[in-house]
Amino acid sequence: MLRFILKKLLYLVPTMIGITLVAFGFIRLLPGDPVLLMAGERGVSPERYAQIAAQLGYDKPVWQQYFHYLGNLLQGDLGNSLVTKKPVLAEFLALFPATVELGLVAIVLATLIGVPVGVIAAIKRGSWFDQISMTGALIGFSMPIFWWGLLLIILFSGVLGWTPVSGRISLMYFFPSVTGFMLIDSLLSGQEGAFASALSHLILPSIVLATIPLAVIARQTRSAMLEVMGEDYVRTAKAKGLSPRRVIGVHALRNAMIPVITTIGLQIGVLMAGAILTETIFSWPGIGKWMIDSISRRDYPVVQSGLLLIAAIVMIVNLIVDLTYGLINPRIRHK
Amino acid sequence: MSFFSTRMLAASAFALMAAAPLHAKTFVYCSEGSPEGFDPAPYTAGTTFDASGHAVYNRLVQFKPGTTEIEPALAESWEVSEDGLTYTFHLRQGVKFHSNDKFTPSRDFNADDVIFTFERQAKADHPWHEYIPGITYEYYSSMEMDKLIKSIEKVDDHTVKFTLNQPEAPFLANVAMPFVSIVSKEYADALETAGTKEDLNNAPIGTGPFKFVAYQKDAVIRYQKNADYWGEAPKIDDLVFAITPDASVRLQKLKAGECHLMPYPAPADLAEIKADPNLKLDEQAGLNVGYLAYNTTVAPFDKPEVRKALNMAMDKKALVEAVYQGSAEVAKNPIPPTMWSYNNAIEDDKYDPEAAKKMLEDAGVKDLTMEVWAMPVQRPYMPNARRAAEMIQSDFAKVGVKVEIISYEWGEYLKKSMEEGRKGAVILGWTGDNGDPDNFLSVLLSCAAATPGGANRAFWCNQGFSDLLAKAKASSDHDERVKLYEEAQVIFKQEAPWATLAHSTQYVPMAKNVTGFVQSPLGDYTFESVDLTE
Repeated sequence: MLRFILKKLLYLVPTMIGITLVAFGFIRLLPGDPVLLMAGERGVSPERYAQIAAQLGYDKPVWQQYFHYLGNLLQGDLGNSLVTKKPVLAEFLALFPATVELGLVAIVLATLIGVPVGVIAAIKRGSWFDQISMTGALIGFSMPIFWWGLLLIILFSGVLGWTPVSGRISLMYFFPSVTGFMLIDSLLSGQEGAFASALSHLILPSIVLATIPLAVIARQTRSAMLEVMGEDYVRTAKAKGLSPRRVIGVHALRNAMIPVITTIGLQIGVLMAGAILTETIFSWPGIGKWMIDSISRRDYPVVQSGLLLIAAIVMIVNLIVDLTYGLINPRIRHK
Repeated sequence: MSFFSTRMLAASAFALMAAAPLHAKTFVYCSEGSPEGFDPAPYTAGTTFDASGHAVYNRLVQFKPGTTEIEPALAESWEVSEDGLTYTFHLRQGVKFHSNDKFTPSRDFNADDVIFTFERQAKADHPWHEYIPGITYEYYSSMEMDKLIKSIEKVDDHTVKFTLNQPEAPFLANVAMPFVSIVSKEYADALETAGTKEDLNNAPIGTGPFKFVAYQKDAVIRYQKNADYWGEAPKIDDLVFAITPDASVRLQKLKAGECHLMPYPAPADLAEIKADPNLKLDEQAGLNVGYLAYNTTVAPFDKPEVRKALNMAMDKKALVEAVYQGSAEVAKNPIPPTMWSYNNAIEDDKYDPEAAKKMLEDAGVKDLTMEVWAMPVQRPYMPNARRAAEMIQSDFAKVGVKVEIISYEWGEYLKKSMEEGRKGAVILGWTGDNGDPDNFLSVLLSCAAATPGGANRAFWCNQGFSDLLAKAKASSDHDERVKLYEEAQVIFKQEAPWATLAHSTQYVPMAKNVTGFVQSPLGDYTFESVDLTE
């Protein structure tokens, strides 16, 4: 087991180097130039341009810039934003908790709804419930996030006035950020109504962000259940006269959950992608919105290091999923 | 600034707030984006100036609210020498800088602060020039302040003398711009001692109507009323910027009462805003122009009659209707009608496809195929360049000119459109910085601007026109300047380097109970005069 973990961690190194190449290359392959964007319509004289480019080190050949970047990375320096001039790592750490909070709530929501829906759809295969929920999953999976988010805002915040439009907490509340998680910080603040406000601000964005993973989890659960229910041991259990509840709950579900847990783990990447649009719509100050802004401003250091950090986190989560998979699936034991 | 000190700052700001609970009058502004920082000098975005320059700081002089007229601010009065080379500013006395938990000023604002403000931007060897690695002063150099200012002297604590290299009438207007907001030298010294220079950009200390309290990145900026303000004290107690990038979401927030005022509504939402009984919609002509610039150095566009003919082939009224959805007026001059020296006697080219066709034939233009460039981004002066290009394409087709529409990523667009020998015509525009006609005409149409790094996308160099501008720039006689600019507009119209398209209207939706908001023709959002009625 330990050897397995070490081997996996070793694999991470070349992958990370690959990601630095991709992230570094991607932002530079996009047409556009941070210096020109900074100057905007007013233009910038060639001398001034050369001066700024030299200051930023963008006058050197690209491979030199890359190795310079890599060298700084090895010393733990992720660079500074071209726009705010602040260290990328500090900005990342300030914004990351907001994304984690939203992502966690969304994945919990998707699991709590997706798994039961998938199980019921499998048991009642072909019923109206099965048909409606699977059609719903298909629609949910192909839902354009931007449109979906705006629709919910107009309906629940605009017409009905049930939920706040955007943000993380009502502006009435003001307290220092201790953990960066608004739900926890609002409790710590001891201000009356703060937690309720934070929770109500989470409702719509987490529904929007949960939509796609929910659809995937529901479909995956259904097909895993169907597969398991055709297995010999389930038929045996049924033949032994065990109650259907026991058959489904103990024998079938436990085995069906193995691939579903993997699926849930793999949704982390999907969540990151979804967070970009969800955060933009709901003015949610997290990593996704930060990346979008930085790409549109061609803020090279932020994009290359930000993508690297996000990739590292996704890979570590996937590694953890791999390990749990080994723990819960007796057929796969890591040598 | 380290992650932890951000927290410390927020925590101490909180302590400050805990002593003073939220007041009855909290005004929430749904701003369109995050500020780049809180030091106005190194940045160029209006979003940043609203959050720093206008809320927290003052300049020596300022624009009278709602106009582009200059009025006293931190300078109570000034004299200009006979030759226009020396400006002597007499500073207001008893002006207090803000304090925060780490800094309490021991003295009032004085000449040292003025000199510090300018010199840190002017001198590359100044200890505060690059106080954060990579920081540059784009406005200072693009307004050519470095070439213009010869020296700044402290005559005494309350008098500062600027000596210029050449007479420059727009100088006063430049000094009213956010990039020369007066920062506290005493605060800078304190930060230097503490080893936290970057806090000049994180925790600003100014003399302005609002004190900075805290910034939660990409989410909320909080300010408090400056009770010691030298001008008329703000009527609201707390000012909050709720950062909301999406225009439709901003409107939903306004309708839900989560904010009181918002900038830049989507043109498509205007009808809904007007119909809402709980909202007010303030409108004002913006100080901008949207244009199509021909490349006057490339045949057949080097002939004024060809450019004129194409302008006559354009149904501008229909274009403005379709592209701006009515929220703009057709432009006939390169400067907007709200700007002084606007020449209203000028007649616009008539829409007359028949006459245009004939003029093109007479000029020997046959089977012309041209490029029209469409910007990939929205700007206040041009909400939908692609649509505008399509309208021009169909208009030109009626006079036998084929149009191919071209677009690039924004940075590339700006760069390639300034490359010599560029083909075709470019859609672009301009929003004024300081209300001076020179800031349009020289920047966009002078010979000097037709070189790399300039912004004269017509590459139009007309000596007579440029001489008029130079003369007007050097004159300190306002009436004479008006005459010279009026004359320059006549030449512009005859030569037609551009098709002038539109001047767009600025709309500011707000809640019904907001009073006292004054729109700025320069597109600034300032809140010292706003109030909330019950």
